[in-house]
Amino acid sequence: MSVLNRKQAPQFNGVENITLIRPEHKKLANGCNVYAFNSGDQELVRIEWIFGNLRFNPEKPLLNVAANTMLTDGTTNMNAAQIADTIDFYGAFLQVDYSYDYSQVTLYTLTKHLASTLPVIKDIITNSVFPKKELETFVRNQQQKLQVSLQKNDFVARRLFNKALNGETIYGLAAEPEDFKSLEREDLLAHFKQMYQPANCTMVIAGKVDEHALDLLSETFENGWDNQAAPADTMQPPLAPSAERFFYTEKPAALQSAIRIGTPFINRTHPDFPAVQVLNTVLGGYFGSRLMANIREDKGYTYGIGSGMTSFKQTGSFFIASEVGADVCRSAVSEIEKEVNRMKTELIPEEELSLVRNFMLGSLLGSLENVFSHADKFKNLYFAGLDYDYYERYASTVKNITAEDLQALANKYWDFENFYKVIVGKY
Amino acid sequence: MVKFNRFTLDNGLRVIVHEDSTTPMAVLNILYDVGARDENPEQTGFAHLFEHLMFGGSVNIPNYDAPLQRVGGENNAFTSNDITNYYITLPSANLETAFWLESDRMLSLAFSKKSLEVQRNVVIEEFKQRYLNQPYGDVWLKLRPLVYKEHPYRWATIGKTIKHIEDARIEDVKAFFKKHYTPQNAVMVVGGDVKTEDIKALAEKWFGPIPAGEKYTRELPVEPPQQEERRETVTAKVPLNDVYIAFQMEGRLHESFHAVELMSDILSRGNSSRLYKSLVKDKALFSEVHAYITESLDKGMFVMQGKPVEGVSTEQAEAALWQELENLKNEEVPADELTKVKNKTESTMVFSEMSLLDKAMNLAFYEMMGDADNFNHEAAKYLAVTPAAIKEQANKLFRKDNSSTLIYLAEKTEEIIEAIS
Repeated sequence: MSVLNRKQAPQFNGVENITLIRPEHKKLANGCNVYAFNSGDQELVRIEWIFGNLRFNPEKPLLNVAANTMLTDGTTNMNAAQIADTIDFYGAFLQVDYSYDYSQVTLYTLTKHLASTLPVIKDIITNSVFPKKELETFVRNQQQKLQVSLQKNDFVARRLFNKALNGETIYGLAAEPEDFKSLEREDLLAHFKQMYQPANCTMVIAGKVDEHALDLLSETFENGWDNQAAPADTMQPPLAPSAERFFYTEKPAALQSAIRIGTPFINRTHPDFPAVQVLNTVLGGYFGSRLMANIREDKGYTYGIGSGMTSFKQTGSFFIASEVGADVCRSAVSEIEKEVNRMKTELIPEEELSLVRNFMLGSLLGSLENVFSHADKFKNLYFAGLDYDYYERYASTVKNITAEDLQALANKYWDFENFYKVIVGKY
Repeated sequence: MVKFNRFTLDNGLRVIVHEDSTTPMAVLNILYDVGARDENPEQTGFAHLFEHLMFGGSVNIPNYDAPLQRVGGENNAFTSNDITNYYITLPSANLETAFWLESDRMLSLAFSKKSLEVQRNVVIEEFKQRYLNQPYGDVWLKLRPLVYKEHPYRWATIGKTIKHIEDARIEDVKAFFKKHYTPQNAVMVVGGDVKTEDIKALAEKWFGPIPAGEKYTRELPVEPPQQEERRETVTAKVPLNDVYIAFQMEGRLHESFHAVELMSDILSRGNSSRLYKSLVKDKALFSEVHAYITESLDKGMFVMQGKPVEGVSTEQAEAALWQELENLKNEEVPADELTKVKNKTESTMVFSEMSLLDKAMNLAFYEMMGDADNFNHEAAKYLAVTPAAIKEQANKLFRKDNSSTLIYLAEKTEEIIEAIS
């Protein structure tokens, strides 16, 4: 038997084939697009109803989020308690989620209970009534939640940052507690009627969905759900970035300062996006990134630091975020600047780049854990108007991009001087 | 039903293999049977600090993370009051790298002074970020010593104080490793696109040569039954009052566990739960309210927690929480309501089988508790709970002299008042 050499890493293999499951597509007679992923061993299914948000109204900034959150609060047929009772009795989960571009309803249910749970969803997306008493409860509780969030430095920093980049738009919304008082039941009803119509809905189904289940879905959502005369207006007004680049909110008692630094950026639809994802990963996109290695693992200034990119319909952003010891906040910012600039002046060594290539491909493979993950990948493409060749392009970029290309991209897209900088805490 | 195979190496390392060919990935999860409860009262937070040091290089491998990232893998770890759990996810074709890395740090760490210095700082920043610089962040630092007087659950995993972290020395690190990080104190689960025969060979090759070490025998102080009502009121710069009522309950392995957990579900799981319907919606006394259990291996906590809406006093809030508990003590839960929480538990277990990592962690935890196969019998135990059993547990737990009440009062600063007005 040979002696075990523990200093020698075992042989390893690159990630070669990444296969994505593609959905079946069907368009209902009322214009609702349905995408179905039938796969998996468990007798369960996740169904999402995804609606484009309506045009942002600065006078009534909370309509999109309030209409979505209150979908479970009562219909012409069921009150909030009855909705909750039915869903919970069948062991199902009903979620409503709001994001900048879309609002959605998600149902997780065992396939055997589909016939009992689907009518509830149908009811809430066609017959919601936003009862007055429920609206009062919603306003009161949201105001309280917001008050707590406003005491969190990272929350405040994120809001200031989004507002600086996007201005008074759906992407820059930074609601104050009193904004909730502007919510009126009549506005919610009108908003609901215009937004939650079939032509503005995409259904994404993932799990055990045989012919029978699909027929049931089509039947339920094709009959008795019709479009309004006017289509949903989902166009958003242009962004209004702030001229001011530096925002400092002092919190004299802070033990840590929240830092958020970044800039409006290209989104997924741009041809350079996969390449800048590699750039971002090297800088701050994984545990071994330069920001983590320097600011956490070498200096011990923070519990965590990272960089990331957001991709929305109308915009995108690149950002670096951390919470650091209040006494080392300036040093942390200057180290961040150093790391950003180093990407522009020095080539990434081949050893580091090959590690990042393998890490990103392994990560892509690992992100395809189950049928839900395949549906999530599809949504990334579909809502950005991209096709499956995006992931082929992504994998090929990760494998082949050179250190020179990356340096050129850093110079093309990153200018630390011009980045927005937000500090909440002490500086 | 999660199928698995199981074997034990000569040095005492228990190994479980869960074959799942639907994924191209593999998971390697190692649970060490050591948590904050095993700490010296003068050196709290040590198990967690130690977890950080496990990433600071091992005896033959100076850097833990980079070689794993290089083969497309990711990892993380967590520490609780009971256990420390490390996990790796990577393409199954590169599984041997995980064996190489994990076996070397079970063999011995590098015990680098620089790593200790840096991780002390990182953990201190974690302490600030999660416990001190957040509204209500220090609740558990206050609630635990109220509920526990003897047992080490009286401190949180992060530790009692930053001072304990600052004082950690390299000799302490070495001693802790020797005492707790032995093969016989660990359970390894390998899952995903793997074959049991290959795992046997890999386990023998990489973990087989590690010395068994000395057996650690846990002798913790037992928490005496609580005999008096406990209360504490604190004031802090937060926007809203917050009320906590904690009760001592039996440990995770006690036969009453499943009834007590379903009781917490009846109170607060989902929008159809009693607390939400009654106290948030109907009576509008709370903006949020929860009931949950800590699932500790030794004597645990059943916690009621809620933020009263503006204008509702903490006395009113407390009384409303007690009223819900009295209802459970006086009347059996209707059959439909119990069926509802059982159905929810059943579907949650089916959904958890969607995640390979969740399955691996569960198998490791159940094996550490005695037998991985018990994971597959959990559903039946929940289904067997009767309304009478829940009523019995309610009467046992929800007594004033078994309660610890923490009232967290808002001290309104100008800044906060400005935000409200």
